[in-house]
Amino acid sequence: MAPGAAQVAVAAQDGRATRPADTSTGAPLAVRGVTVSYGEKPAVFSVDATFPAGAMTAIIGPNGAGKSTLLKAALGVIPRLSGDVTVFGEPVETARARIAYVPQRASVDWDFPTTVIDVVLMGLYRQVGLLGRLAGTHRAKAQACLDRVGMSDFADRQIGQLSGGQQQRVFLARALAQEADLYLLDEPFAGVDAATERAIIDVLKSLKSEGKAVVCVHHDLATVARYFDHVFLINVRKIAEGSVATTFTGANLNATYGGRLAATHIDQLALAEPV
Amino acid sequence: MTAFFNALALNAGYNAALVGIGAAMLGIAAGAAGTFLFLRKRALVSDAVAHATLPGVGLAFILMVSLGGDGRSLIGLLLGSAVTAGIGLVLVEWMARRTRLSEDAAIGAVLSVFFGFGIVLLTVIQTMNAGRQAGLESFLLGSTAGMLFQDAVVIALGGALAVFATWLLRRPMTLVAFDPEYAAAVGYNVRRIDLAMMALVMAVTVIGLKLVGLILIVAMLIIPPVTARFWTESSTHVIWYAGLIGAVSGYVGAALSATAPAMPTGPIIVLVAAGLFLLSLFVAPARGVTAAVIRHRRFQRRVHRRQGLLALSRSEPIHDDFTLRTLRGEGLIRPDGVATETGRALAAKTARDEHRWDIAREIHQDAGLTGRYDGLTPIEQVFAPDEIAEFDRRIGGPRPVDGAV
Repeated sequence: MAPGAAQVAVAAQDGRATRPADTSTGAPLAVRGVTVSYGEKPAVFSVDATFPAGAMTAIIGPNGAGKSTLLKAALGVIPRLSGDVTVFGEPVETARARIAYVPQRASVDWDFPTTVIDVVLMGLYRQVGLLGRLAGTHRAKAQACLDRVGMSDFADRQIGQLSGGQQQRVFLARALAQEADLYLLDEPFAGVDAATERAIIDVLKSLKSEGKAVVCVHHDLATVARYFDHVFLINVRKIAEGSVATTFTGANLNATYGGRLAATHIDQLALAEPV
Repeated sequence: MTAFFNALALNAGYNAALVGIGAAMLGIAAGAAGTFLFLRKRALVSDAVAHATLPGVGLAFILMVSLGGDGRSLIGLLLGSAVTAGIGLVLVEWMARRTRLSEDAAIGAVLSVFFGFGIVLLTVIQTMNAGRQAGLESFLLGSTAGMLFQDAVVIALGGALAVFATWLLRRPMTLVAFDPEYAAAVGYNVRRIDLAMMALVMAVTVIGLKLVGLILIVAMLIIPPVTARFWTESSTHVIWYAGLIGAVSGYVGAALSATAPAMPTGPIIVLVAAGLFLLSLFVAPARGVTAAVIRHRRFQRRVHRRQGLLALSRSEPIHDDFTLRTLRGEGLIRPDGVATETGRALAAKTARDEHRWDIAREIHQDAGLTGRYDGLTPIEQVFAPDEIAEFDRRIGGPRPVDGAV
């Protein structure tokens, strides 16, 4: 399943050229031969991945495996050393209007002077442009997005007064305001309460039923089978990708986590039967 | 004193009026542009930029004199200062991005080297024939002496342009300051927006050189937004309030310095701004120090009151002095520590609420509701009256507080 060592070496020398130009498939998100490096240590090495529409995909791997890095590199938030990214068959730079991103909650300063509704309106900045006015219709739309995540009563709160789960919901509302077709979420369930986790998963499932593509960096193996349709297993390089039914297996998890996942832990997971 | 009020009312003469209006314009521009510096947490970059203007002033003077000019043309000096300030800014950016140095180290290096070079140039200029009366050292701390009408126009126009650019870029700059990753993900070029922000700061620094001076201009950029932050939770309001605070400090400071002939303008303006900051620090309603102390005392009293009532309901002795004073102050206990009629009633109600919470935890598995127990929140705020009635039904009828029938 994993690429052989010789193949990897070739890809390392020439990440682009060795890949066939199969990026024209039009998949919501396709990355080919992407390598990202902090200093001279690759965090993500020559990864290929295709994320399907109308499905929820979990990116799974141990800490430091490059899950968030892959997402950020796909978006161009951090530079790629090599590789191509296409969004619905287009280069990511021209398809930004179709992508919504939910960063990790810890990535911002929550004492920033801004209110909940203002954060959601940020999702409309690109649409409005430099000179445009944020009109009543924009506010109504932002309010509707807040309503969808159950936060409409909090519109005028300063964001620092929210609980962690509420902050995560506001970030999701901002992404909803973009009305995108591809949703990329970085650990949306990390450190949130049970009610928020339910609220978020409900919204994501409704996006899925609208035919959107949802991709989450996910760390809780216990909920993978319940929440997701597809998994992408990564530990610097790609380990496996495919439907939960065929790919979320003990063997693949062992390959992803090495010895770090206790056998007893694996036994308790709702894993796919080995095929 | 009358001189000061005359200056405030623009009656202190043509020159003082000019200075006052220029300083107010500069204050608006500095406060608005500085807001983003403050929100992006890069206040000290502006200090490096400001100090990097000095060699530019010196070089421009030497160049203008060697070309046969007067050398004191404000526009020429400011253009020169903008060139070296720009170089300093790019150097800080480059060092922070391309080397292992952190930004504060890069700031320290650029600031001291450029300032040192500038001082050397000023010393050289002192030895030149044309240099003795140039008064270039006034760019260090700012001076209004001998300010010309065209100088004031330069400051006012430059300030207006800077305010306009800030307004134009307010959304991308806010987004980059709050959440740079998201900004990049939706397609903003974060590096270019950061550079635009610093260019704005540089422009304000350059036009403020004459009035406030390069050593203190950083205060004009930072104190107004920090002060404004005390009064509002919205970034748009921080921009406007900071502009207003900058304008008031600039105007009042300029008027004050006009009352004494040798008073430097920059330090006075900064002191006025600092006064507004101190005032806000203490009296601002939500974020101010006084409000925080009052809030904490009030909260402490609520805790002690509740604990005292619980102790009364269990007929336990109360030892805590603050608790005793709180209960006595509200007439819940007599001076000898025995509960009054009201005290006993309230204690019974408190005990009953605790009991209701116990029942609530049995019935409701939803941690979202029972998790709101913190010992202080009244149960009526968490559960509806019919739910509480249900708890009471399970508890049974009221019983005397001390358990005796």
